[in-house]
Parts: sequence; structure tokens; C-alpha cells
Amino acid sequence: MYAQMVKTDAARIKGLDEMDPQERVFQQRIDTGQKIEPKEWMPEAYRKTLIRQISQHAHSEIVGQLPEGNWITRAPTLERKAILLAKVQDEAGHGLYLYCAAETLGISRDQMYEQLHSGKAKYSSIFNYPTLSWADIGAIGWLVDGAAIMNQVPLQRCSYGPYARAMVRICKEESFHQRQGFDILAKMVRGTPAQKEMVQDALDRWWWPSLMMFGPSDDASVHSAQSMAWKIKQNSNDELRQKFVDQTVPQAEYLGLTVPDPDLKWNEEKGGYDFGEPDWSEFFEVIAGNGPCNAERLGARRKAWGDGTWFRDGLTAHAEKVAARRAKSVAAE
Amino acid sequence: MSSEWPLWEVFIRGQHGLNHRHVGSLHAPDAEMAINNARDVYTRRNEGVSIWVVRSSDIVASAPSEKGPLFEPSNSKVYRHPTFFDIPDEVGHM
Ligand SMILES: [Fe+2]
Ligand SMILES: [Fe+2]
Repeated sequence: MYAQMVKTDAARIKGLDEMDPQERVFQQRIDTGQKIEPKEWMPEAYRKTLIRQISQHAHSEIVGQLPEGNWITRAPTLERKAILLAKVQDEAGHGLYLYCAAETLGISRDQMYEQLHSGKAKYSSIFNYPTLSWADIGAIGWLVDGAAIMNQVPLQRCSYGPYARAMVRICKEESFHQRQGFDILAKMVRGTPAQKEMVQDALDRWWWPSLMMFGPSDDASVHSAQSMAWKIKQNSNDELRQKFVDQTVPQAEYLGLTVPDPDLKWNEEKGGYDFGEPDWSEFFEVIAGNGPCNAERLGARRKAWGDGTWFRDGLTAHAEKVAARRAKSVAAE
Repeated sequence: MSSEWPLWEVFIRGQHGLNHRHVGSLHAPDAEMAINNARDVYTRRNEGVSIWVVRSSDIVASAPSEKGPLFEPSNSKVYRHPTFFDIPDEVGHM
């Protein structure tokens, strides 16, 4: 997902009877659905895990602007350009909501940027794939934002107040993202054979990376179990992936496209699709920094941050000057 | 070398007649930029008719650990709620 394979520091899940009184009260509050707020006591591992998860999520929103930004200047019409600009601006907003939520846990914005730019922090594997044609912009909205929605809707109920509230704002905006993507593709498949071919090609390239967004099966993962006990994760990776496939395949059929999975088959008994296994070695390569665009994405982030330094400094200097002038005139009165 | 911009808390009046409500925070070098940024970050879809920004460091908050002593005095005064009083049905609406 936008935060993939988040570590929790847990070796195993503690029972209530093994916790000290403070932690027991904390866990019971979570069990009864209460929200945890910034200044309240929380286990150090909960705090650290949330910082990892929220900052990774924020980095994904920010880096996620880059593949789409690639097409802003080449959108086929002025209207499509305006729509894409608005969509990408939303993603910047999502990043900002989430950075603020993470900051309430005691990490600074600059620390998070440093972690991203040094390569220490991760962001979603999906944004390390290139956007080769306009159809890719449609595929991203439809599939990538679609997958993100699957994951973000349950996170609106997560136990940490600021994260849950950021998720509510984000979810309100995501449905526009998915629809504008689907709309691009729906238009293109009704166009020339070449346009339809572009759409099929985009689906062929984005299908498996989209399924990988949910991360490998985590049914046996202690980190996942701990995150669920803390209610900062609500569903297993496989559950969400299944939901995504079940929702998306009929949409692909509507578009007249072929999902590039020979094992894809409706399973009447389970009321869902059976489907093939993504190539997890590819996923781990991308996560390790060896995807097709990892270097390009990080390079673009570092350059943007570096090139903006003089501007940020200028605004700070201006603010300081104005404040000093005001203090002086107050003193003179 | 640049230093981090200060943090601002953002409050937005959603519609005329409603209170300003806390919606989140952001970084900005000064109040004017904080308002500009708040417009872009928190009101992209007509969410507001007015914005307040306050330096986060200027906000004084009650401590969660004092929740008990702070709110106990009102908790124990149940007669402040109208439901404390039994009004016979035949009296009608009151
Ligand atoms: Fe987003
Ligand atoms: Fe989105």
C-alpha cells in the first residue's frame, strides 16, 4: 500500500495480563474504540510504528506526484490538463495532511524530508514505474488511486486521532481521482484502434504493480498482527487485494480490456475471483531501490528540495525582517 | 542552510453562521503565507468562508493527565442537565 510492510518492533503480541497497568489501560481504550490523541501516553513502539507508517504514507503522496506530473504539460486538452493539475495538487495536500499528523508524534518535518531524501525512508513501490503514455495517467487514477482507496477507507477508523482525521479528508478527495482516471480510459477505448491499444498496454504494465501495492501476504506476520491489535491496520493484505480484484475486473471488462493474468477466473463458491501470484522478486527489487525509476524519483525530490532552498530562506529572512520592524515600531510608541 | 518554518494551526469557518473549526496545521514563514497556504491546503473545494491561523507555539492546552481534576467539577453536577428533573407527563412539554 502507500505504507508497505511497516515494522512494529514486536517479537510477539502481548496479552493484556502481561502489560503494565499503563499499557493495559491504553490497549483497553483501543479495544473499546477510543481514539488516542497526541499528548496522551502511548507505548514507545506504537509511537515509532505510527511515525514509520504515516511518514511513509506521506512520502508516497509526495513522490506520487512525479509520475503524473510528467504528463501535465502534455495533456491532450486544456480541460484534461486542468483536471490533472487539480488531481496532482490534491496529492500534495494529502502529503501535507499526513506530514502534520506524523509531526504530532514528535518527529519534525525536516527530519522526515531528510529520511526521504537520504533513501532511509520508503515510499510505495508503485511510484517507481514510468508513465510512458497518456493512457498511463488514466491507469494510475483508476488502478493506483483505486487500490489506495481500498486501503485508506478502513484507515479512517484507525486508533490515532490525527491520522484518522487526515484519512477522512483524503478519502473525500480520492473518488475524484479514481473517476478522472477511469474517464480518461473510457474515452480512449472508444477512440481509434491505436488509442485502445495504448489503454490495453497501460493495463498490461500497471496491473501487477497495482496488486503488489498491497504488499506480500501478511497472514503470518507478527508486525501485521501487532498493527491490527493497535488498530492502525484493519485488514490483511490478501483481503484488500481480493477486494480490489473483485471490484476492478468487471470494470476492465466494461472497458473491453483483458486483464493480463491467465489464472484469473471467477470462483462461484467463494464469490470472488481466483487470480495469479504477483512476481514478488520484482516487488522486493523495487523496494530495495532497484525499480525502473527509483533513482529518477529520488533525484527529482532532492533537486526540488535543493533548488528551493534560496526561496525558503528568502521567505524566512523576509518574515524576520518584518517582525523586527514591527517590534521596533511598537517599542517606539 | 535553511531552518524549518514555524508550525501554524488552521481554523476554518465552513459556512456563515458557524464557528471556526480546527482543520489541521501547516508550516509557513509568516502569518500572511500561512493564510495563503491554508487556502491551498484546506479549502480546495469551497470548504470555507474564513480562515484563522495561529502559531502552534502560542496555543496553550490542558494536559491530558489533568483530565480528571479539570473536568470532575462539572461531572458531579448532574442537576445542570434538564434530564435530572422528573416532570410529570400531564404537565406537557417543558
Ligand atoms: Fe492521495
Ligand atoms: Fe489520489
